Amino acid sequence: MSALMAVAIGILFAASLYMMLRRSIVKLVMGLILLSNAANLVIFTSAGLTSGAPPLLDKVTKEAPVGVADPLAQALILTAIVIAFGVLAFSVVLIHRAHEVVQTDDLDQMKDTDQ
Amino acid sequence: MSNLVFLPILIPLLAGAVTLALWRSSRWQKRVSVISTLVYLIASVMLAQTVSEQGHIVLQVGGWQAPFGISLVADFLATIMIVVTAVVAFCAVLYSLVSTPGTHIKFGYFPLLHLLLAGVSGAFLTGDLFNLFVWFEVMLLASFGLLTLGGERAQMEGAIKYVTINLFSSALFLSAIGLLYGSVGTLNMADLAVKLQDVEQQGLVNAIALMFMVSFSIKAGAFPFFFWLPASYHTPIIAVSAVFAGLLTKVGVYALYRMFSLVFTGDIEFTHEILLWVGVLTMLSGVLGAASQFEIRRILSFHIISQIGYMILALAIFTPAAIAGGVFYLFHHIIVKTNLFLIAGLTQMLQGTYELKQMGSLYRQRPWLAALFLIPAMSLAGLPPLSGFFAKFLVIEAGITSQQWIATGVALFVGLLTLYSMIKIWAEAFWKAQPEASGKDISLPLLGVIPVALMAAMTLIIGLYAEPFIQLSQATGEQLLTPATYIQAVLGGQP
Repeated sequence: MSALMAVAIGILFAASLYMMLRRSIVKLVMGLILLSNAANLVIFTSAGLTSGAPPLLDKVTKEAPVGVADPLAQALILTAIVIAFGVLAFSVVLIHRAHEVVQTDDLDQMKDTDQ
Repeated sequence: MSNLVFLPILIPLLAGAVTLALWRSSRWQKRVSVISTLVYLIASVMLAQTVSEQGHIVLQVGGWQAPFGISLVADFLATIMIVVTAVVAFCAVLYSLVSTPGTHIKFGYFPLLHLLLAGVSGAFLTGDLFNLFVWFEVMLLASFGLLTLGGERAQMEGAIKYVTINLFSSALFLSAIGLLYGSVGTLNMADLAVKLQDVEQQGLVNAIALMFMVSFSIKAGAFPFFFWLPASYHTPIIAVSAVFAGLLTKVGVYALYRMFSLVFTGDIEFTHEILLWVGVLTMLSGVLGAASQFEIRRILSFHIISQIGYMILALAIFTPAAIAGGVFYLFHHIIVKTNLFLIAGLTQMLQGTYELKQMGSLYRQRPWLAALFLIPAMSLAGLPPLSGFFAKFLVIEAGITSQQWIATGVALFVGLLTLYSMIKIWAEAFWKAQPEASGKDISLPLLGVIPVALMAAMTLIIGLYAEPFIQLSQATGEQLLTPATYIQAVLGGQP
């Protein structure tokens, strides 16, 4: 299962980098979305994949049973998703404004600041 | 007493909330901002006093003991950074009172500035890696807002590059955190330092260390990831540029210092050798970029990069003397660089442009402004007896004692080219006659000059009365290279 996840993450990273290297700013934002998802999946996978064992304490002994999922990694991902959501909302607004101001969606036309 | 650690985060956060509530009243936003940054300054000095007595102050947030909760740690390095941040914040807010256009203030300039400060302070004080990521994002989102306020074409183009590269760096940081957590099962920095000593697969740790290095190098603007910095830093209004120039890249440098002195010290020959060459190439590429520019803010932006190189070089040499030099460099540089940007803003108020070709005669018009420029400019170039001389001296001396001949040679050469760039600004903007003088007599606002004079005075003090500052840096260097005390302070009696 982890091997499959690793491949999937690799594909996500590759796809996001490919999208970011395209000239259109819309594709750039799509690349950023894929990138943040790929990073979240890295945390999820590297903390260990467990299925069917929610991190709940035993009713009687008040201790966690052996082999439950690690709740901390999931808390980290939850935080990261929220942050990524905010940042991506900003970047969507940014490309909209940039398109209005610069009148193009071609990144090659946006190099006034590099001269 | 340990609650004191939280104040530098709490005060700007509160100020951000209050200024947000005062959205309609620019006047009250200004008042609250001045008062809150002043309180922040006082709190940071109090923190510094306590830290200088105790060495470390640790706050386990919510009473959750490390390594399970989030620890906030104030050691010498973090405290120095907090104090300098407070100085920069206070000066920048004073300067903003007269230089920031009303439209910017109407659209949330001050709330964003305070949130930026909260993010920066949090990044300096946290002892937890994921928490560091969160503070980075707080800081980044605020900086995105500040960078795009105004919405001019250059700002949009700069912002797209800035946002993209920073989001990429954050994703890399996050993946590295995930891999690190997967391999050792903790994210508390002190606990990481302990657990990584027993890891058998050094190759895996090195790979993760490199991911952190790339991520923080992007934020610090180190070679080869510096291109976003000169493309975006000159686009916003000058007070924002000054704060960015002073603080943001230094957060990246701070993170490098923290991670590569505390956590990733298992294979110094590998990681610090890479850092050494990154430092050398950063110095060179920054200063050569600056030599080709004729716009004040762009010259200064490129010089941020070359100075970052010195700091990374000091970290890479990794002796107590070198780290001491690097720390001295950090706080000297933040003050000098912020000041130079603010002075560039004053010259723009007088002559209406940042292009050196169109400027001139400033020495005749405003001799005291020329003097105020010369202090930080010569300090940046490293002329004695100003603060930059001691910073460069400490780093280069450490380079010679550890026999890094090439790196030391490059550092000396870069110092010379820095002098060239500063003299270029001096000759073009201050010395030569202005090609098309406007003839208008503009008076500079007093509140714009006070912060500049204040920071110039600090540069002079650090230079002329360097002994206590050097001792402080040396104490910091010693403390950073004995991570056992940090671990002891955070984890308590546990091994």
